[in-house]
Amino acid sequence: MGKILVEDKSIAVPGEILAEGMDFLPAGGVFRENDKIIASQIGIVNIDNRLVKLIPLNGRYNPKRGDMVIGDVVNITFNGWVIDIGCTNFAVLPVRDATSDFIDKGEDLSRYYGFKDIVVAKISNVSKTNMIDLTMKGPGLMKIKGGMLIDATPSRVPRIIGKQGSMISLLKERTGCKIIVGQNGKVWIKGESFESEKKAVDAIKMINNLAHTTGLTDKISEFLGGSENVQKEG
Amino acid sequence: MYKRKDRRLDEPREMDAKVGIIKRADGSAMFKMGNTIALAAVYGPRNLYPKFMQNPEKGILRVNYNMFSFSVSERIRPGPSRRSKEISLVSENALLSCLNLEEFPNSVIDVYIEILQADAGTRCAGICAASMALADAGIPMRDLVSAVSVGKVGDAIVVDLDKSEEDYEEGSTDMPVAMMPRNGKISLLQMDGNMSKEDIKKALDLARNTCNKIYELQKKTLKEKYMGEVENE
Repeated sequence: MGKILVEDKSIAVPGEILAEGMDFLPAGGVFRENDKIIASQIGIVNIDNRLVKLIPLNGRYNPKRGDMVIGDVVNITFNGWVIDIGCTNFAVLPVRDATSDFIDKGEDLSRYYGFKDIVVAKISNVSKTNMIDLTMKGPGLMKIKGGMLIDATPSRVPRIIGKQGSMISLLKERTGCKIIVGQNGKVWIKGESFESEKKAVDAIKMINNLAHTTGLTDKISEFLGGSENVQKEG
Repeated sequence: MYKRKDRRLDEPREMDAKVGIIKRADGSAMFKMGNTIALAAVYGPRNLYPKFMQNPEKGILRVNYNMFSFSVSERIRPGPSRRSKEISLVSENALLSCLNLEEFPNSVIDVYIEILQADAGTRCAGICAASMALADAGIPMRDLVSAVSVGKVGDAIVVDLDKSEEDYEEGSTDMPVAMMPRNGKISLLQMDGNMSKEDIKKALDLARNTCNKIYELQKKTLKEKYMGEVENE
């Protein structure tokens, strides 16, 4: 019979032995060596029955198929755009997945997306050698105009969204801003006024710093409390 | 018999460590051992150029060791030297054994080790700082790497030699050791001087004990940084 050697929700560092025994299963952020389960990153230990998991506290975005991401155009090639989405390799947005318009051969592609344009796209495929393909075909995928773009830690994105989107809908409701959260940790905010955008930015930064605490929705609700009045006055 | 004024023969110098000291780096750390101070910064995993260096099967690790010109009592010429190239290579090999680079094809992890102040044992302090910086950058690792120099000063086996001991008139041997303390695997072992087989065994035991102490400090420092993040708000 194996045993857990660390407390649930505690911080683990690489090389730390989390559990002993073959009856536990390693999930993300950990690996098995002989009969021990060992952490491979800095993160919060999450024990779910027999599953030992580590939620990383830092690190780059790990691309997954189907994720909605926000990135900027860093290069234009003859058959598409190269987009930086904040992971190790750049992603490629091919012409055929970029727009439903007819694009003639040899046409100037910067007419559609130019350098430094920011796009919301979906990852259509991740190959074994980490080549990332993007698509712009789908609901809510577009080029971004105006607003603010801030960086959050990719591993903390689930907290910004909340359970069934509870946190993000709270933010949208209280600040009156349009918010898009990319799975790569980039968050786009656009509101009626600078004040409301600022409020949303502060709230997201707060969520990012407090991501591993409990009762976060209540804290954010309290933090945003005053903004309802601002909205009414404005 | 050789004696130390301020510490026991099996006692390392006072240690200190910090994580996250360089804002623009993906991960960074400082490791201090007595008067030796090493800084390490990690960038990446990021795209590797020139393209012919890319390996589609696994990523590569690049370590650059550098001493600041003011780090020693007599100014050293800045820039790469035969010595710094050698130390870059051995540090790279010491750190490589704890990384799993198959996860980062076509990319590179850059580690920059800078010696701010040198009083012997710089490569060991550099490796300690670099392994903490790698952990801070969120790169998956099998274990942290701890390093310390052991050796023989006169006729005594000692741990963590300083500069005056390295230059001891009656002869001294210094042996830097880097290991992964969890399973005790050694990833760096060099020796400058002569030691008998028995002495080496004794010295390695001493290195193992000291590395465990360093390991505890590294773990504590890393945890404190992220604990602090939780509690600050």
